[in-house]
Amino acid sequence: MRLLRIFSWVLAVGVAGWTSPAVAAEALVAAASNFSQALENLQREFETNSGHKLKISLGSTGKLYAQIVNGAPFDVFLSADQERAEKLEQAGKAAPGSRFTYAVGRLVLWHPGGKSGRAVLEAGGLRNLAIAHPDLAPYGTASVETLERLGMKERLTDKLVIGENIGQTFAFVASGNAEAGFVAASQLAQREEPEEAIWAVPPEMHSPILQDAVLLARGQSNPAAAAFFRFLQSPEARTIIRASGYALD
Amino acid sequence: MFDLGPLWLTLLLAASTTLALLAVGTPLAWWLAHTRSAAKPIVETFTALPIVLPPTVIGFYLLLLFSPSSPIGGFWLSMTGSTLTFSFSGLLIASMFYSLPFMVQPLQNAFEAVGRRPLEAAATLRASPLDAFFTVAAPMAGRGFLTASVLTFAHTIGEFGVVLMVGGNIPGETKVISIAIYEHVETLQYANAHILSAGLLIFSFVVLFTVYALNRRFPINVG
Repeated sequence: MRLLRIFSWVLAVGVAGWTSPAVAAEALVAAASNFSQALENLQREFETNSGHKLKISLGSTGKLYAQIVNGAPFDVFLSADQERAEKLEQAGKAAPGSRFTYAVGRLVLWHPGGKSGRAVLEAGGLRNLAIAHPDLAPYGTASVETLERLGMKERLTDKLVIGENIGQTFAFVASGNAEAGFVAASQLAQREEPEEAIWAVPPEMHSPILQDAVLLARGQSNPAAAAFFRFLQSPEARTIIRASGYALD
Repeated sequence: MFDLGPLWLTLLLAASTTLALLAVGTPLAWWLAHTRSAAKPIVETFTALPIVLPPTVIGFYLLLLFSPSSPIGGFWLSMTGSTLTFSFSGLLIASMFYSLPFMVQPLQNAFEAVGRRPLEAAATLRASPLDAFFTVAAPMAGRGFLTASVLTFAHTIGEFGVVLMVGGNIPGETKVISIAIYEHVETLQYANAHILSAGLLIFSFVVLFTVYALNRRFPINVG
């Protein structure tokens, strides 16, 4: 019993030490995987300038959406589409009127060690083709739309391997397990990759990947979340986002 | 009609894994039960590792090992024309790693309980070692075989993390029931998730209950 008491004291002191006097606030950001690299760049800038801290949780847009609907403690949601951000707004899970487009995604076909382009798909020699899950990740939806537009969907169905999010899709290709894959341009932005291995899918081949952000209900009372949300709309943040592989005017 | 493909695929994977591990695990467990070799603790350690390691560690290394740029993945690709990742064969190999301790440990215990003496007795009656194993040792270790098989089967059905990492979610190939449930939950199709989850729950209960009930009714005596 005594031991237990000592233990709980240690625990209590420890917890107090961890959580007490927080000078700056901390915000929990749920972000679609494609934004990982850009967010890291933004985070560095934001944390040095504001003194606030960000904690980042990455996943597919669909997964994060389901988590938020079920009460996950996020302050900001960076979706890879408009639909889910809008739904959260309508459901009262997000601050009304906070939604805006923080990035416009660009889909690319990546074929490491070879030439990329629609010819790669049409030649039919691919062993497999990685895409993100079309129901969970907007980049996956855009990939399927592109295949349909090219009239290649039926022919390639049995070659598709599906990543749970665009990060896993990228890893399938990067590790050499998948021969080629539809990934986000932002994932390749900071990688030395021969230009011929990347085919920028023409934007008219799929519905635009408008990535919307919302300030979640929980984040309204969090100064760090509000500050980050403001920062995200600033010209300097937009410059970083553009440099990280997104189209944004 | 509701897609039950993942269920059948899961049962096929679990059954294949159990059979394959019976073939591989039996000699290994036999050797572990009887060897005096200094290598025994090392082999035992390797066998037990999948219990300790998170599935992500196994999944990560398999992803590297299965990659066409690794010697093993490259060899497989040149032999079969497809990769081990994203294929049923790959999942079978992954499951064999993942469930290995659940086959080997109960068997090893059973073989140790049987001991050497019945086999020595069989040898004096001129039974060959193989004959002695199948007619004497194996039946005596019957309960061990049952336990090992049920645990291996059940553990493979419960597999998730490794498959998520190397499977690629391909219907009829790698989309097992745990992946299908995960997908239903993530897309908020709770009704579908319920059907598969409840089905799996009932199925698992019935299988385990049958084994335990039979085991009580018809005990197989060991040693």
